[in-house]
Amino acid sequence: MNNENLCVIATNMRRNILTMVHGAKSGHPGGSLSAVEIITYLYFKEMNIEDPKDENRDRFILSKGHGAPVLYSALMEKGFISKDLIGTLRKIDSKLQGHPDMNKIPGIEASTGSLGQGLAIANGMALAFKLDNKKNRVFALLGDGEIQEGMIWEAAMLAGHYHLDNMTAIVDHNGLQIDGRNSDVMTVEPIDKKFEAFGWYTIKADGNDFESLEKAFEERRTVKDKPVVIIAKTTKGKGCSFMEDQASWHGKAPNDEEYLKAMDELGRCE
Amino acid sequence: MAKATREAYGEALKKLAANNPDVVVLDADLSGSTKTSEFKKISPERFFNVGIAEQDLIGTAAGMAIAGKIPFASSFAMFAVGRAYEIIRNTVAYPKLNVKIAATHAGLTVGEDGASHQAIEDISLMRGIPNMTVINPADSIEAEQAVLKAAEIKGPVYIRLGRMAVEDVYDTDYKFQLGKGVELKKGNDLTIIATGIMVQEALKAAKKLSEEGIDARVINIHTIKPIDKEIIITAAKETGAIVTAEEHSIIGGLGSAVLEVLSDVYPVPVKRIGVLDTFGESGKPSDLLKKYHLTEEDIQGACREAIKLKERI
Repeated sequence: MNNENLCVIATNMRRNILTMVHGAKSGHPGGSLSAVEIITYLYFKEMNIEDPKDENRDRFILSKGHGAPVLYSALMEKGFISKDLIGTLRKIDSKLQGHPDMNKIPGIEASTGSLGQGLAIANGMALAFKLDNKKNRVFALLGDGEIQEGMIWEAAMLAGHYHLDNMTAIVDHNGLQIDGRNSDVMTVEPIDKKFEAFGWYTIKADGNDFESLEKAFEERRTVKDKPVVIIAKTTKGKGCSFMEDQASWHGKAPNDEEYLKAMDELGRCE
Repeated sequence: MAKATREAYGEALKKLAANNPDVVVLDADLSGSTKTSEFKKISPERFFNVGIAEQDLIGTAAGMAIAGKIPFASSFAMFAVGRAYEIIRNTVAYPKLNVKIAATHAGLTVGEDGASHQAIEDISLMRGIPNMTVINPADSIEAEQAVLKAAEIKGPVYIRLGRMAVEDVYDTDYKFQLGKGVELKKGNDLTIIATGIMVQEALKAAKKLSEEGIDARVINIHTIKPIDKEIIITAAKETGAIVTAEEHSIIGGLGSAVLEVLSDVYPVPVKRIGVLDTFGESGKPSDLLKKYHLTEEDIQGACREAIKLKERI
């Protein structure tokens, strides 16, 4: 799939995200929108994932589980779940829980939501695949605020120790968390040096740019014997002018007027 | 014979290493003490040390379960449960993953290491989580079978194991049945419901009481969740008074579970033996059990009081 087609999917996903969160009157648009290109690239170019029940599929873990809308959108675009579910996000009896539930939806590989745990889950999968000499690869998306959780570094140490070269972590580095800038709340930099020190190979990319992501994932394929982290610089709220780079849009739904404005802006693909 | 339930865990793991290729074992730098080293000796490729990182221990086990393995994750109960509680709750139990948490060195009988290492809240924490099965074996024979059973069933299981050697309650022909309490002694005046190392104390207490003319029934509740309601309610109906005994806090453990069953269906007087909402300390296990009122004498005293309460009604 070429980048133009990826861009069309990304725009559809942004519209799905905004419609879901607007309908739910709650949820996390900022960190969902920042990760759209990363998730689009993974699901439509990088990962072997055409059937959510195929044993040989690559696995994706949304460690930053509050980004559920972007994952649901990807699963809708893949046809794994119906777009009719869009209006049910966060509502009673819905398959679209506020944070992903692996037992409610095909294609959700792990239940996440409590931060810091997805990397360990992904490692466990990667270890199991290696033990069985299986070729499945595992991808985990982490938030940049999320890596403040100590458990991330326990897992980072394990992946380095066991040379999990079937493991790729992507940090959605939008620079913001609920209370403000990472640098004001709790410094996370230098992310690359931290992971390097734990035995990882690090790649930097523009996480909202398909060409940059393509280069990063191509470089990733050349790495053997080490886990790889792609530190993807992104813009929180990307694609929605009034949400971009605003911590206040971490966990807030747009009102009717804001929703229409955002959808209008997304009418065109950059 | 006297043998620690953690030793039985090691024995069971050896069998699983030989017979069940899906079983993997994870430990957090305590493999010699938890006895997971026994598994490592046979199946080093299926043994994973995660280092001193209990949250990661459980999280990694969860991922392995999703990928089709049957992971046994072990550390001391304090750390496996206490340190990793929220990961167990959200990442193992909520999605109902097939992770077995086999925690050793539970209770006061850790002994000399003292309060920081004495998990007396673990049953309470684990049984409060939906989807979780909680097993507290009384002796090494029961422990080995419980571990093998845990590998057979799907879903999260917490197995509570001890450090010190315990006398056998059972013969080798004993058959462990998950979720079924075991009547170890008949009796009509009251019922002692015990779990873990307190089962043998309950049996000793019942013997002494019979010399006083008190005919105590003794029941072992090895599966604290799902609890055998029927055996508890029947005991309440037939004997009219209950004493519970556990090497665990008086809050939230077996005693609480028994009260929950009875208050819903058939309330009778219940006296509870357990750690009285306090931390432990360093000391020999036997000294600790005495100081914290977890002996056969304490059970006898509770039984006499329970009978008085029963007579008052």
